[in-house]
Amino acid sequence: MSDAITNILVCGIGGQGVMTATEILAEAALALGFDVKKTEVAGMSQRGGVVTSHLRFGARVLSPQIAPGEADLLVGFEAAEALRWVHMLRPGATVLTNVGRIVPPIVNSGRFDYPDDPVGQIAALGLNVHAIDATAIARELGDIRLGNTVMLGAVAGHLPFPEGELEQAVLARFAQRKPQLLEPNRQAFARGRAAVAAARTSP
Amino acid sequence: MAAATPAPAHSRQFLSGNEAVARAAWDAGVRVAAAYPGTPSTEILEVLARYPDLYTEWSVNEKVSLEVALGASMVGARALCAMKHVGLNVAADALMTLTVTGVEGGLVIVVADDVGMSSSQNEQDSRYWGRFAHVPVLEPADSQEAYTLTRAAFALSEQFQTAVIVRLTTRVCHVKGLVTPGERETHAPTGFDKNPARWVMVPGHAKPRLPLMFEREAALRAAAEVSEFNVLDAGSDMRVGFVTAGPAGMHVLDAFPDAPVLRLGFSCPVPIERIRALAATVGRLVVVEETEPLLETELRAAGIACHGKDILTRLGELSPDILKPAVSRLLAGEAPELPASPPAQTVFPRPPTLCVACPHLGVYYTLSQLRNVLISGDIGCYTLGAGHPWNALDTCISMGASMGMALGMDKGRGAQDANKKIVAVIGDSTFMHMGMQGLLDITWNRGNVTVLLLDNRTVGMTGGQDNPGSGRDIHGNEAPRVDFAQLCEALGVRRERIRKVDPYELPTLFKALREETKIDEPSVIITDRPCVLIGDYKPTPAYRVIDDACTGCGNCLDVGCPAIHVTRRGQQSKPSGKVVDLAFVRIDTAACTGCGLCVQPCAPEAIVHAQRVQPLSFIRQNGSAT
Repeated sequence: MSDAITNILVCGIGGQGVMTATEILAEAALALGFDVKKTEVAGMSQRGGVVTSHLRFGARVLSPQIAPGEADLLVGFEAAEALRWVHMLRPGATVLTNVGRIVPPIVNSGRFDYPDDPVGQIAALGLNVHAIDATAIARELGDIRLGNTVMLGAVAGHLPFPEGELEQAVLARFAQRKPQLLEPNRQAFARGRAAVAAARTSP
Repeated sequence: MAAATPAPAHSRQFLSGNEAVARAAWDAGVRVAAAYPGTPSTEILEVLARYPDLYTEWSVNEKVSLEVALGASMVGARALCAMKHVGLNVAADALMTLTVTGVEGGLVIVVADDVGMSSSQNEQDSRYWGRFAHVPVLEPADSQEAYTLTRAAFALSEQFQTAVIVRLTTRVCHVKGLVTPGERETHAPTGFDKNPARWVMVPGHAKPRLPLMFEREAALRAAAEVSEFNVLDAGSDMRVGFVTAGPAGMHVLDAFPDAPVLRLGFSCPVPIERIRALAATVGRLVVVEETEPLLETELRAAGIACHGKDILTRLGELSPDILKPAVSRLLAGEAPELPASPPAQTVFPRPPTLCVACPHLGVYYTLSQLRNVLISGDIGCYTLGAGHPWNALDTCISMGASMGMALGMDKGRGAQDANKKIVAVIGDSTFMHMGMQGLLDITWNRGNVTVLLLDNRTVGMTGGQDNPGSGRDIHGNEAPRVDFAQLCEALGVRRERIRKVDPYELPTLFKALREETKIDEPSVIITDRPCVLIGDYKPTPAYRVIDDACTGCGNCLDVGCPAIHVTRRGQQSKPSGKVVDLAFVRIDTAACTGCGLCVQPCAPEAIVHAQRVQPLSFIRQNGSAT
């Protein structure tokens, strides 16, 4: 194991499962024997506000916070939220984002505009961006809450450990807590992984 | 809720700082633990309540929680109370005298500072209380230290017969890291020692105890000088040495791996001589602390030259990306090259909102329709009523303050405000925390105030904890339930001036507010719908918008529900020549839970149930509030 620390920033909106997804990523890293720290800024996030979760793992982690310009991977649960946090990435880093949009009342009231093409804006910054419609996939699978696992499936191939480790962490969590959700989550994970592969090969 | 089986001792656990404190308290044999919920401290008691073999409670406020813990300590039991930073302001009256009596069973006060203000009305440094009350302060930097220092705090408390403050910040409370818990110890209560000279604080008893308090402080200072919790990383680059405490210490280690770093886990009383020894070996000494320059001031007073807030901010959190350039500038060296990260992008703000179908939506929609009203606000989810689209809350200071401020506005107002109605808005839990006394003051002193008591049967903002109005205790078991109407009557509000109103019935709420504000005496309007995030809330079938029927008037958007989305915008010229903006809407039927609030201001009746379930006659009968 090298001394290098992996920095993953997960962002979205309160209620989307950002913190749970990061928790599962942390569990996968823990199972592999890494030192892990995870921290959130989520004060009033339950009320539709912005949530970010920082995950750092490696041989030894001191500060739990990712500094601007040092994130290796940005996982966006909502398109505009991914755009909001790009400055946290190191140059040439990877962004995996859901294209699904959650438009807040402040935009609906006409006081602010939602960006026309957040994914295009991210790509224009020279970042590797993989965009999938996790919301639509989750809806197809019959439960919007599966969007969280779809995103984890999309992330699996972008981690410094084998893809199967993350899947195992997802399944272990449901096997333990909600066995009836095991199969839907297995499917959601696979669909996320397939979707990001398709996004990667498309021009 | 059934008690959980705790993970075995010596196993590797991934815990937040709050979870680590809870585990440490249980392992220390705590018998009584009490708290009032408050971000970022809430999870301490939530987690501790799931452990077996101890008593836990949500108290009505922090002062009571500290008094409960003190009582347990007096009978020789180990006790803990937890609170957010502003909670200790409330509990301070008890603290400032219990430091004179001292304690019997170990008494630990865990106080969590919201550094960075993720969910608080101010930013304050609780370490001052250690100096003010002459009690020791321990400052963990991460979850493992939160565990270790909380356990140590109980031992220290009993050794020196003093309460001990464990000071956390958000960046300890809400950071998860690895913790290895030790063996659990049992601690039987030692019994109450009837000793008025010790426990009855009247001048004659307190005076002889003051010198003991200062003797204790001197002994604690000597203990801090040799404490194993003050750790020096010797370092090799002697240009700058650091003194630090709390989570800032982790940032220092991260940013300056070769520097000498003295991290103070036992930071008050300050181990001055250890710091003096470090200062003698380094070119410059930098104190890194969140948020106020406490250590720095004490070092300067002791004649130790240092830098601190002259180069670092006293606002919010510190982090490696703040520390590195500041120290670089101090050394007059090159500023470190900033990583060539992508530039920050401008994205619309996303402030917290009230939830879909939140009963407060009805309250704030109605308040936003009233003219000439001063709205004295309070602390909870409903503080969001100050924001868009309602702009219907004019003040927010501290728990329960809406009451006294409303009375003061009434008594102090001049000609400019003479025609205004004064309304106070307060939630159920905040009312019981510190609002009841204010209402009593209003009735006793004949204030002309209408109180809106928003009873949603929970402490909403902190995640739905139970309170005396929910009818459940901390374990979710049935408990005596306060009757707010009777309580208000007992506090002097005339029965005729107390109304219960369904906040989903806008016309009724509007009428009640208009009538009560016209009458020159104290009145209380109680809204009685549960928070949508708790089990008491029962969703009803969703609504949708008939696209062809929507006229784009935008009235429904004034409700502020996050499930209403604009599909297209347009403009219309009125016969008067005035051009108005139009916003045509849809409802996210997956999010809508059918409260019906948006249906009521919709003039063209374009909002109907997504699946036909019942006629809309009840809404038509009630008409529109606008």
